[in-house]
Amino acid sequence: MRNYDKLIFELSKTNRKGYSLPKLDVETKAIKTLIPDDLLRKNENQLPEVSENDVMRHYVNISNKNYGVDTGFYPLGSCTMKYNPKINEDMAAKFNLLHPFQDEETVQGALKLMYELGKYLAEITGMGKFSLSPFAGAHGELTGLMIMKAYHEKNQDFKRTKIIVPDSAHGTNPASAVVAGFDVVEIKSNEDGTVNIESLKEALSDEIAGIMLTNPNTLGIFEKDIVEITELVHDSGGLLYYDGANLNAIMGEARPGDMGFDIIHLNLHKTFSTPHGGGGPGSGPVGVCEKLAKFLPKPEIKFADNKYSVNYDLPDSIGKIGNFYGNFGIMVRAYTYILSMGKEGLRHASQIAVLNANYLQNMLKDDYLLPIDNICKHEFVLSGLKDKTTGVTALDIAKALLDYGFHAPTIYFPLIVDQALMIEPTETESIEMLNEFVYYMKEIARIAKEDPEYLKNAPYNTPVRRLDEATAARNPILRYQVDNA
Amino acid sequence: MNHKYIPHTESDINEMLEKIKVSSIKELFKEIPEKVKLNRDYDLPSSLSEIEVEAKIAELTNMDQTDLTCFVGAGSYDHYIPSIIKHLTSRSEFYTAYTPYQPEVAQGTLQYIFEFQTMMTELTNMDVCNASMYDGATSCAESIVMAVNQTRRNKVLISSALNPYTIETIKTYAHFRGYEIIMLANDSGLLSTNDLASKLDKDVACVVLSNPNFYGLIENPSEYVEKIHENKSLLIMMVNPLSMALLKTPGEIGADIVCGEAQTLGIPLSFGGPYLGFICTTKKYMRKMPGRICGQTTDVDGKRAFVLTLQAREQHIRRDKANSNICSNQSLNALAATIYLATMGKQGVVEVCEQNLQKAHYAYENIISLPQFETVFEQPFFNEFVVKSTIDYQVIKEALLKEKMISGLHLGEFDESLKNHLLFCVTEKRTKAEIDKLVQVLGGLK
Amino acid sequence: MRVIEGLYYSKEHEWIKVEAGKAYLGITDYAADALGDIVFIELPEVDSEYEKDEVIGVVESVKAASDLFTPVSGTVIEVNEDLEDEPQLLNTDAFGNYIAIIQLKDESELEELMDSESYKSFCENN
Repeated sequence: MRNYDKLIFELSKTNRKGYSLPKLDVETKAIKTLIPDDLLRKNENQLPEVSENDVMRHYVNISNKNYGVDTGFYPLGSCTMKYNPKINEDMAAKFNLLHPFQDEETVQGALKLMYELGKYLAEITGMGKFSLSPFAGAHGELTGLMIMKAYHEKNQDFKRTKIIVPDSAHGTNPASAVVAGFDVVEIKSNEDGTVNIESLKEALSDEIAGIMLTNPNTLGIFEKDIVEITELVHDSGGLLYYDGANLNAIMGEARPGDMGFDIIHLNLHKTFSTPHGGGGPGSGPVGVCEKLAKFLPKPEIKFADNKYSVNYDLPDSIGKIGNFYGNFGIMVRAYTYILSMGKEGLRHASQIAVLNANYLQNMLKDDYLLPIDNICKHEFVLSGLKDKTTGVTALDIAKALLDYGFHAPTIYFPLIVDQALMIEPTETESIEMLNEFVYYMKEIARIAKEDPEYLKNAPYNTPVRRLDEATAARNPILRYQVDNA
Repeated sequence: MNHKYIPHTESDINEMLEKIKVSSIKELFKEIPEKVKLNRDYDLPSSLSEIEVEAKIAELTNMDQTDLTCFVGAGSYDHYIPSIIKHLTSRSEFYTAYTPYQPEVAQGTLQYIFEFQTMMTELTNMDVCNASMYDGATSCAESIVMAVNQTRRNKVLISSALNPYTIETIKTYAHFRGYEIIMLANDSGLLSTNDLASKLDKDVACVVLSNPNFYGLIENPSEYVEKIHENKSLLIMMVNPLSMALLKTPGEIGADIVCGEAQTLGIPLSFGGPYLGFICTTKKYMRKMPGRICGQTTDVDGKRAFVLTLQAREQHIRRDKANSNICSNQSLNALAATIYLATMGKQGVVEVCEQNLQKAHYAYENIISLPQFETVFEQPFFNEFVVKSTIDYQVIKEALLKEKMISGLHLGEFDESLKNHLLFCVTEKRTKAEIDKLVQVLGGLK
Repeated sequence: MRVIEGLYYSKEHEWIKVEAGKAYLGITDYAADALGDIVFIELPEVDSEYEKDEVIGVVESVKAASDLFTPVSGTVIEVNEDLEDEPQLLNTDAFGNYIAIIQLKDESELEELMDSESYKSFCENN
């Protein structure tokens, strides 16, 4: 169906039906004898009335307007859009029927899976202990920072109210710090996004609770002074937080725990191949060094006397951070991935992710400005076209790529690079795919010289073209007006 | 090595290394200081084939019992899930996409979020809804943050009849933000209006209650919403969105913020997650709402299109001044809920609610007619109810498990005064035969 | 980019016009250009008092948001409600659309602000 442009509400017809329920087989009473009238809904809901086939076709048609990893190359920097193995989905579905309040004896397999996944993640990162409860990366950050605060509070050290965040960091870092009740101290980074040791030294004091870093950093550069950095922070009484967004660069090569980090969150939906789901659900497990283990959120999964159990008796814990155990279905997928990859496969994944990034960086630097021309890790950042006379922006390049059947890289991030195009190919893309991408990137650079206006109006072949975002924000229309239909 | 998820042959690798003028893969990692290099293999299993992976997972699933009849809810509900949902949510155009940052190639995601927002506002009768939150507990905690920011007051009154795990989550968030949490007492299972009146002062940002509440009972906030508003405080209602097809809605009541757990809308139990939180509010507080929001607009050709909007509230722009640090939503589960609500439709959601109501009352009447059980709260309820037993709950649990049933939740674990009080849940999925068997087993206990 | 003579300017790119002890506060062309398409303005509440350098509102564009600081102390006596419906007025004419009127508490604070010439060179050096 070409140009399908309906909303589900526009298919609705009175008394059409898409569901079936068994006949009510118990004795019934008049509803108003069970619930007083003034506690009942008065107006009718205006949900659509459509057939099952209507629903099927509608969502299949709108799915065709989406671009996923299974559609094509998705070089979105810092998001690790690797292939999402199908077996992961099948395995997760096998646990769909378990209720979280089932007796422990009837969920030993699920508990064992969580217990083992925690152990695997601890080995992969060099941390002491993991909690799988956080629902997403940002939630993991928040949890980790709460742990940091709880640690200082436990030491009666109430002066440490500030968190250092480099200016190259993801916006979530400062936002999480504030939500956890900290003030943010931003420090300037070096040109390559690495920590400026001098500004770090200046910022450190007995008011600093800790620092948030990612390594490799947002420009894909490994912090070679990491040992010095961790020593400096520890000597001043602070803790180090590792944002695991970029772990896909170093699996099997180096571990955050060995670098001296105290707290880390991972994104199972990045490094461990679970799908992004159009924005979630993800999962953001938090790992800590041994001395912080007692602060992890409730509950913990315990193994003793040959039995797995859920333990809530954790007096120093920061408390619960959600209703149950976290996004269990995502944990199953990540566990399945680790089994499929094995120790050799994980290391190989990082090696090839880094090889792919360096290959692309090298192939593109003749036409695009590469501010840091060095060996990168799993991603790199370009600063727009090399030829600055064309007026073609990072946004234009991104939109033109959509026309050629690619997803765009991350643009305008990190903030410290002008016209940033952040590219992360991941290990699951072949040399042929990378070459095709290079071909079209060069094509865009060529058109930029000859006909920049063409690029300024791209894309042309997508389901919709550039959108009027200003009107959307000025006069927000956030729901369909059923009554006006 | 060669792995099915990594397409590189040895000759590919060599060709690429040559292009970048690097002699070996090892050289790509040379700047990692020797001191932090791993220099050994992970202590993990070796790579398994698909057959072996399946066998390994089967070892685990064999340790689980999935053939049990579920009579427990308490935040996770065993409802009917139309088959069509899994067929649509497993379309990889949906599940392998990222957050819709490039709207030109993400209209599928954006459109279903727009439909989700519309349907949730229909159910709750509120003006606007966000694109979803992590889960019910965190949606409630974030609603409180929103109310505190809006009112610039620091005190939060919380009904004791909120889910205890949600209360704990709120307390975790509140501790680190320095909010003062004050619990409101219950009166016969419902929020005590006297206690509310005595605690409602000028520092109160919001009053938080849930409907139906943790004991399954239906609260009546219409009785006191005006007092809350006169005090310039906000009313936050945490609801089961499914029940809103039947119960007086937060919009009709005059609530300011609505949050809740939408797992009841077509999302599997899945051992507690991933689930689906959400926040709805009025137009007045729209710009204080956390999370992603999708809006309608047009493209350069004038075509209707959808886009993430009101982004200036969010962390990637506001950094340390953002409404929240959340930077994702439970998009795929919002899709499941949207498909559920489309499939069940206007009439289906009402019929499901009525079946829950009737079946739960049938079970309740039969259980309290047993000599071992008695009623606890004489209040209207939806699909969950509390009964008190003369038998120890362990005995009940084991007897039901033997007959492949999951018992209601023992409330004594959360509140010592509620020892041997059980919270049962009966959804539309339970048949008369299953309920009769439950009653029969309970009636045979000594 | 315009800079109008006879106004006071702050380093946060705000302009102030003083009439009989009342300060009209707005943002400059420079600020409006930097923000891009302005989509929403959070206005201060009338009758609320602010100290110098306090945040009194927010100006939001599609891709950015900027706090609005008051460079003078005083009480807000009026806000420009036209901006609630048409925030883009600041893009079309930033100097023609004040955001709030503040009853000045201490006129000497004006001395710390820049005149049009110094503001012009402040922008050029930034």
